[in-house]
Amino acid sequence: MAVTLPGRRTRSPAPRTGGAGEPRPRRPRITWARATPYLLIVPAIAFELLVHVVPMVVGGYLSLIRLTQFFLTDWSRAPFAGLGNYRVALNFSGPLGSQLARSFGLTLGFTVLVVGLSFLFGICAALVLQRFVRGRGLLRTLFLVPYALPAYAGIITWKFMLQRDNGLLNELLVNDLHLVKDPPFWLIGGNAFASLVVVSVWQQWPFAFLMTMAGMQVIPEELYQAAAIDGAGTWQQVRHITLRMMRPVNAVLLLLLFLWTFREFNTPYVLFGPTPPDSADLLTVHIYASSFITWNFGLGSAMSVLLMLFLIVVAGLWGLWHRRVSRDA
Amino acid sequence: MKIRSLAAGVSAALLAAALTACSHGGNDGATGADDAGVTLTYWASNQGASLDNDKQVLTPELDKFTQQTGIKIKLEVVPWSNLTNNTLSAAVSGQGPDVLNIGNTNAVTFQSTGAFYPFDDAALQQVGGKDRFVASAFATAGTSGKPPTSLPLYSQVYALYYNKKLFADAGLQPPATWEDLVSDAQKLTDPAQKQYGIVIPGGTVNASMHFTFIFSEQHGGAAFDKDGKPTFTSAGMISGVKQYVDLLGKYHVVNPSAAQYTDASQSAGDFARGKAAMFMAQTSGINVLAQNGMTADQYGIAPIPAPAGGDKISSFVAGTNISIFKNTKHLSAALKFVKFMTSDAEQQILNKAYTTQPAVKGAPAAFTDDQQKLAVFTKILSDYSKPLPLISAIQAFQANVGGAVVALIGKAATGAAISDADVKAALDQAQQKMGTN
Repeated sequence: MAVTLPGRRTRSPAPRTGGAGEPRPRRPRITWARATPYLLIVPAIAFELLVHVVPMVVGGYLSLIRLTQFFLTDWSRAPFAGLGNYRVALNFSGPLGSQLARSFGLTLGFTVLVVGLSFLFGICAALVLQRFVRGRGLLRTLFLVPYALPAYAGIITWKFMLQRDNGLLNELLVNDLHLVKDPPFWLIGGNAFASLVVVSVWQQWPFAFLMTMAGMQVIPEELYQAAAIDGAGTWQQVRHITLRMMRPVNAVLLLLLFLWTFREFNTPYVLFGPTPPDSADLLTVHIYASSFITWNFGLGSAMSVLLMLFLIVVAGLWGLWHRRVSRDA
Repeated sequence: MKIRSLAAGVSAALLAAALTACSHGGNDGATGADDAGVTLTYWASNQGASLDNDKQVLTPELDKFTQQTGIKIKLEVVPWSNLTNNTLSAAVSGQGPDVLNIGNTNAVTFQSTGAFYPFDDAALQQVGGKDRFVASAFATAGTSGKPPTSLPLYSQVYALYYNKKLFADAGLQPPATWEDLVSDAQKLTDPAQKQYGIVIPGGTVNASMHFTFIFSEQHGGAAFDKDGKPTFTSAGMISGVKQYVDLLGKYHVVNPSAAQYTDASQSAGDFARGKAAMFMAQTSGINVLAQNGMTADQYGIAPIPAPAGGDKISSFVAGTNISIFKNTKHLSAALKFVKFMTSDAEQQILNKAYTTQPAVKGAPAAFTDDQQKLAVFTKILSDYSKPLPLISAIQAFQANVGGAVVALIGKAATGAAISDADVKAALDQAQQKMGTN
C-alpha cells in the first residue's frame, strides 16, 4: 500500500482545479504538497482500522448476539440477544456473574501487587545503578534478560521449576534445605497465586527498570550538586529531586504497567493452561474459558467489552489526574 | 488522486478482501473429476504415544493412497489438547483442513455447528454403505435422524490395567468390585517409596468427564434427562464424582502430583515405570505403554469394576471419527480418502498399529496377540459399555463438568477434604453454566 510517491508530484497539478472561466488560476484546494502528510498516514490508519478498530467493532457486535456452536459457520443466523449477554455477565447472584466479579477482584489485587512490586524493584535498581558506576553495564544487561527472553520460553521454564515432583524449587526446599517435609504444590491450590505474582513481577520489572533508568539520566547533575551544597542528604535528594523530576515518566510507566498487567494472558495461560486454579483465575483467561472452552462467544465478547470499558475508565481517570499533575508541576 | 478517492480505493480493496474471504466456500469438486495432483490437508489426532509415533504409523499408509490415486496428503498430527480448539477455529473462520479426525465424544457438537460435510446416503454408498461399520461405533457418528457428519475410524473402550508383578507380590487378584479396587490400592500404596495403588490423569478435563460418566452410570445417575436437560446434581452423579475424587481425597491411593497431569500419557508413564499399580485407560493404552517400554506380559486387563450392587458399566463407546470439512475445495478427493481410511485393509493395519478396535466389520480386531486382553476388551465393548448421550451440549458437559472435577481433584491434592456437599456445589455450578449455552 505504498502510496507516497513524491515523484508523482509533477503529474498532480492544476487542470482539474482552474475553472475555465476564471481569469487567473487559483491555488488548487488540494495539492500534493498538502496531501502528502495525509497520504503518509493512510497506510497506518488503514492497518489501525484493520487490526484494532474493526475487531473491536465486531467484538461489540458479537456481544449483542447469542453466538453459540449452532451459528458458528453463519453468524448472521445467530439470534439477537440485546443486552442479554451483559445481563448474564453482570448478574452477580448467578454463577457466571459471581465468578466474573470474583475474577475481576482477583485480577485487580494481582495487578496492584505486580505493578507495585515491579515499580519498586525497577526504581530501586535504577537508583542503585545510578550511584554505583562499576559493573553497571553488566548488571544492566543481566536485569534486562527477563524482558529480552521470549515470554513463552521464560514462563515455561518457571513452570518446570514449579513442578511438585521434580521442580527445582521443591528440590531446594525439600531435599536440600529440608524446610518442608511434604513437597508443596506451586501450580494448583492457594500457592498458585503467589507463583503467578512472582513470575509476572519477574517479567515486568525490567521494563520499569528501563524506563526509570532512562528517566533518571535526563536529570541534570547540577541539581544534585546544588542540593548537596544546601545540605540535602541522599534520601532527600532522591525524594525531592529524583522522584520529583521523574513524575511524568513514572505516571506514564504506572499507567502502562497497570494496563498491561491487568490484561495479562500469557503468564497465567502458559503456567496453568485453560483451566486455572481458583486462586489464579485472572480475568483474561476467565473470559477465554467462558468463550472458547464453552463455545459461547457472545458471552465472552460481552465480558471482553466490559473489560475494555473498565480499562478505558482507568485510562480516562489517569488522564484527568495527569493533567492536574502537569498543571501543578 | 484525491484523498477521498484514495480512501474509497482502500476501503474497496478491504471490502474485496473480505468478500473473497467470505465467498471461498463454494465447492467445485463435488463430482468425480480427475483428482490426481490434488493435495488434501489432513489433521490427524494424536492416537499414538507421541506425535512422531503417529507420523511413523500414518506416513507409509498415506503414501500408499497417493500411489493409488495420485492425491497427495499433507499430514498434520494435532495433540488432543489443541484439536477441539483448532477445529473450532476452522469452523468459525471457514479456513481449515480438508479432512480431519475428531473425538467421537464431540461428534454431535461439531455436527451442530454445520461446519462438516454431511454423509448423505449417496456419500455413504461411496464409502461402501453404513452396514460395513460396527453398529455401536457408527452410532457415535452423529445425532440420529440426520446424515452423520463423521464416520468411525478407531474404536476404543476404557479398561483397568494392572501391574501383574506388583499384584502377585502382594498376593492380590485383579479387583472385581470397586471396594476391592480401593482396598487393593491401599495395600499397594507406600508414599515413602513414592509407590501408589493407582494413577489418574487428575488435571485432564476430558478424561475427568469420561470417568464422571462411567462412575455416575454405575450409580444409576444420568448426566442428562430424556429431554436433553442437564441433571448434574442427581444423587448418582454426585456419588460417581465422589467415587473418583475419593481415590485421592479420602483413600490417598493416588500420588497427589497426579492432580497436575494434564495429559493421559503422563499417567501412562507412572504406570509403565511401576510407580502405580493400576491405571484406567482406553484400548490404545497398549500401544502407549509399549512406547514407554512396558511389554504386554507385564500387565493384565480387567473391566473397570463397579461398586458392589452397582450397574456394571465400565466404559462408554470411545473412539475417533473422521470428518470432511464442508468448505473443502476437493470433496471428491476427500471422499476417496475417507473411503481409503475406512477400507477393510487400512482399518486392519491402522487399528493394529494404534492397538484400537476396528470400526468396520470386515477387519478383525488384532490390536494384541494376547487373547485374554482381546477377549476382555471385546466383552467390555459388547456388555459393559454405554454410549455417551448424543446431544449437542456434550462439549459443554465435558468442559463444565470435566473442569469442575479437575478443580475438585486439585483441592483434594492440596489437602482439602471433599464432602458430598462440595461435589454437589461444584456440579450445581457446572449445571448453571450449561443454562447459558
